This record gives sequence, C-alpha cells and structure tokens, in this order.
Amino acid sequence: MKEKWQQLDERKKDRLRDLAFISPSVLGVAVFFIVPFFVIVYYSLINNPIQHKFVFFSNFIALFNNSAFVTAAKNTATFSVVAVPLAVVLSFLLAQMLEARIPLKSQFRTFFLSPMMVPVASVVLIWQVIFSNNGTLNDFLSLFGIAKIDWLKSQYAQVVVVVLFLWKNLGYNMILFMAALNNIPKELLEVADIDGATPWFKFKNITVRYLSPTILFVTILSLINSFKVFREVYLLSGEYPVESLYMLQHFMNNTFKALDYQKLSAAAVLMAIVMVIIIALLFFFEDKLGKDVEG
Amino acid sequence: MKKKHYFGRGILTLIAAVFAIAFLLPTVLTFTNSFMAQSEISANYGAVFQNADSSKKTYISEQVNLKFIPDKVSFSQYATALIKSPDYLLKFWNSIILVVPIVLLQVAIAALAAYSFTRYRGKAKTFLFFFYVILMLMPYQVTLVPNYLVSNWLGILNTRWAIILPGAFAPFSVFLLTKFMRRIPGSLIEAAKLDGAGEWMIFTRICLPQCRSALYSIAILVFIDYWNMVEQPIVLLPDTTKQPLSVFLSTINASEVGLAFAIATIYMIPSLLLFLHGEEALVEGITNSGSVKG
Repeated sequence: MKEKWQQLDERKKDRLRDLAFISPSVLGVAVFFIVPFFVIVYYSLINNPIQHKFVFFSNFIALFNNSAFVTAAKNTATFSVVAVPLAVVLSFLLAQMLEARIPLKSQFRTFFLSPMMVPVASVVLIWQVIFSNNGTLNDFLSLFGIAKIDWLKSQYAQVVVVVLFLWKNLGYNMILFMAALNNIPKELLEVADIDGATPWFKFKNITVRYLSPTILFVTILSLINSFKVFREVYLLSGEYPVESLYMLQHFMNNTFKALDYQKLSAAAVLMAIVMVIIIALLFFFEDKLGKDVEG
Repeated sequence: MKKKHYFGRGILTLIAAVFAIAFLLPTVLTFTNSFMAQSEISANYGAVFQNADSSKKTYISEQVNLKFIPDKVSFSQYATALIKSPDYLLKFWNSIILVVPIVLLQVAIAALAAYSFTRYRGKAKTFLFFFYVILMLMPYQVTLVPNYLVSNWLGILNTRWAIILPGAFAPFSVFLLTKFMRRIPGSLIEAAKLDGAGEWMIFTRICLPQCRSALYSIAILVFIDYWNMVEQPIVLLPDTTKQPLSVFLSTINASEVGLAFAIATIYMIPSLLLFLHGEEALVEGITNSGSVKG
C-alpha cells in the first residue's frame, strides 16, 4: 500500500488527498439531498409509485387545482413580499443609526442581536399575551377608542407574524449592513461633499453601489428565513391556524401525513424551480447595480 | 452647526433606545414571569389562555395584566419543572442529544470540505461550490422531502438519526468556513509545505487554529438554528417522546402556563449563555458571511 502511494506522481497524490478531504461532505450531500432529489423529480412525473406510468405535468396541474396548495402558496408569497423588503430596509436603517456615532453603540448592537439567540418557543407565550383577543395590545388600543381586534385569529394574523419575523431577523441583517457601511471608502464621501453632492446623490451613487452585494445577500437571507416562519406560526397557533396563516409548510406537513408522494414531489420540485429563478433574478439585478465596484 | 449635530444624535439615540426596549421586552418578560406562582399567572393571564378550554372561569379577571415584576417572587414553577415533572427535563435532554451531535458533526465535516475547497481549485470545484450555495439556499419545504425519502429507505425514519444525519451534512457551514479559510495567507501554507508539513498537518496545525473564531461562530449559528427546530421533528420524528423541547413547548396546555414560562426560560439559557460568551466571534462570523459570491 505504502509503496504504491510513493510511486504515484505528485498530481495524482494531490487529487487523492483532495478527495479524502471532501468526500465525507460530498457523499453525505449526495445521499441525503441529491440522489433523493432526482428520485423526487422522477416521482413528480409518474402517476403512482406502483405503476410508474409517465404522466408528465399532470401532477403539477393537479397541484395548481388544489385549493389548499394555492392558499398556502399565496399566503407564503404574500408574507415574503411584505416581510423581506421590510427586513432589508429596516435593518439598513438600524445599521445607519448605529453607525451615526450614537453613544452605547456596542450595547445597542447586543440588544438588537439578542432576539436571534432566543428560541421562538420560549417567547411565544408572551407573544400570545400581547396579541390575544383580551391581550395587552388591545387593552392599549382601547385607550384610543379602537375596537378589539383578534390579532391571531383574523386577517391581521399575518401582521403579528411579520412583527415576530422582523423582531427575530433584523439584528443579523443589521450586522451585515454595519460591516458593509464600514467598507465604503471615507475619501469617496469626502470628495463628494467637497463637490457639493446632495445626500440623495451620495446615497444613490456611493452607498447603494458599495452595498449592493450586501443588499443581495440580505435579501436572499431574508427570503430563506421568510420560508422558515412556519416555526413561529406553528408555535403561535398550532397545526391548524387561521386561513391567512396557512403556509406552504402546513401544506407539506399534511401531505406528508397522507403520504401522497406525487403531490409532495411535485410541490418540492416546483418550489426548487421557483427558488432558483428568484435567486438568478436577484443575482442579475445585483450585477447591473454594482457593476463598477466589483473586484 | 455643531449644536444641530448633537440634537440629531440625541433623537437617534432615543429612537435606538425605543427599539432596544422593544427588542428586549419579550425575553425579559418571559424571564420575570417565570417567577410567578400559578395563582398569579392565572389571575393575570387567565383571559388569554382560558380561551383554549372554555371551562371554569371563576377567579380569572377579564383583562390581561402584563406585569414586569411578580407580586411575590416564587420558585415554585422551577421546582415543578425540574423535580415534579420529569417530562420536561426529558424533552430538554432530547433537544441536547439532537443538537449537540449535529453541531459537532456539521462543523467537523464542513471543516474538511472547506479545506478542500480552499486548497484545491479548478473548474469542477467552482461548480461544486456553486452547487453547495444553491443547496444552502433551498428552504426546508424542498429539502425535507429528499430527507424523508432517504430516511425511509434507510429505515431510520422516526429515529433521532433522521434528524442528525441530514443536519450533519447541511452545506451552510461548508460555505461559511470556506470563505474564512480562503483568507488565510497562502504564504503561510507554502512556508509550512517547504518545511515538509503534510496536508493533514497543514489542516490541523495552521488552518484550524487560524479559523478558531470562525469555527466558534459557525457552531453558535448552527446551534441556534437547530435548537429552534420545528419542521424537521414534526416530519421526520413524529414520536412525541423523542421530540425536542422546541416542539413540545407549543403543546403545553392552558392549566400549565406558569410552568411553561419557567420551562421557556430554562430553554433559552443555553443559547443566551452562548451568545453572551461568543458575541464577538458571532459578529465576526456574520460579518464575513456577508456575500454569496466566492
């Protein structure tokens, strides 16, 4: 064995060493993600796991005719469309605020970041106390003569979940923006000041350009996290929430229970395709926006 | 001019303070409320949680009184949680034996892979890395189905392995660690090579020590993600006796709200301790995760 190794030339040795380092990860990823994903693509195209008859897109068409799926997709999309831009903008503002040389900056940073480390399950009780029908928020609003709103069991439920989502995710995004703001060359801003540039001009042509990779990253990150909001929903209102909180993960859970492989596979494949398209689009926009400062 | 500056900064500080209070409030309230006796909990919050089972409503006030400080500090909830109901401790233990192996395995496997992505490059590697990034960006709704299928084939469905193994191979750590390792100066590695160090030596003696804070921050990030898990146990581990506390806390019923506060507090202690201890490393880790591009 050892002799054989010594006979190999350096390049082959390198290749084998490389293989040794990466194979645990690649094998695991292949077994748990890639291979089964291809099986899922296959499942999404056949009629059932016994007959294996190709039906092409009829599973996908059935999905679009499934009212539960349509509701779930619509709710998830609505949530992401509202929550992701809010998360990006608010965390940017928080970062700007902390970078404006206010006192106690590091303490504020710690406070803003702390929700990220608090398990959702732990604070869900307080959240219920605040937002329930007889809860604190309604109490407070009644001081202004606003009628009771059953936050968790009406169409306002999404508002509660957006707040919870922002509470949890702003800190992380803010750290990313703070780092990016510090990377903007100070001289550039000074030169712009000397030339009499307006704040808006500076923001548009310097800040946004330099921040565009971070904006892209924060957007993608918030998007992924917005798909994870099922956790909050599940912990707040269980397996059967009000209709406006019925998320894609609820649909998947119910389909798992029914063991409907065709539906599951079609839904997963569809979501994978949509995700790839969204990510590609975001990359495309970032490319246009930040062309000049790359490298 | 100068005066205006101070004024603006004062306003900003005030806004920051308001935000800070809003961010801290849920955590602090959970903590303080865990020291209320059951009678106080019922009196204060009965109106919220009694909705669940609309049985007796006698001693409960109609309004909710959100309180910062309990009238009487009582450790009775903790006593119940820790001594009288072993159920909760068992769930806590479930969380630990699911999350700790995932963190250790994921970081170890990722460190090896990241080293390979750093040391040996090429077209195939670039493609593979891009592929990891795409996989990392896939939501659970996509990856849970493959995980379920494989667990079913391997016969590990409804065992802890169904959660631990996919967790161990999740690509997130690989991505982040690769970004860190690529910052290690190449001259350092070349020098070690000239001194006759083998790849394993370079990996363990140079790369890992250089990335110590990165490893720590990634471990924290992975820990908090899995400490919080809900989707995976529901689908892959439906056996409630093996489920982690994060899922179980949501099923606590109205009569045990006080207890739930105590358990919720116990549950956030490990992650908050990690945060307080590793905040600097964590911030550094997040900072360096800042872009999806190589």
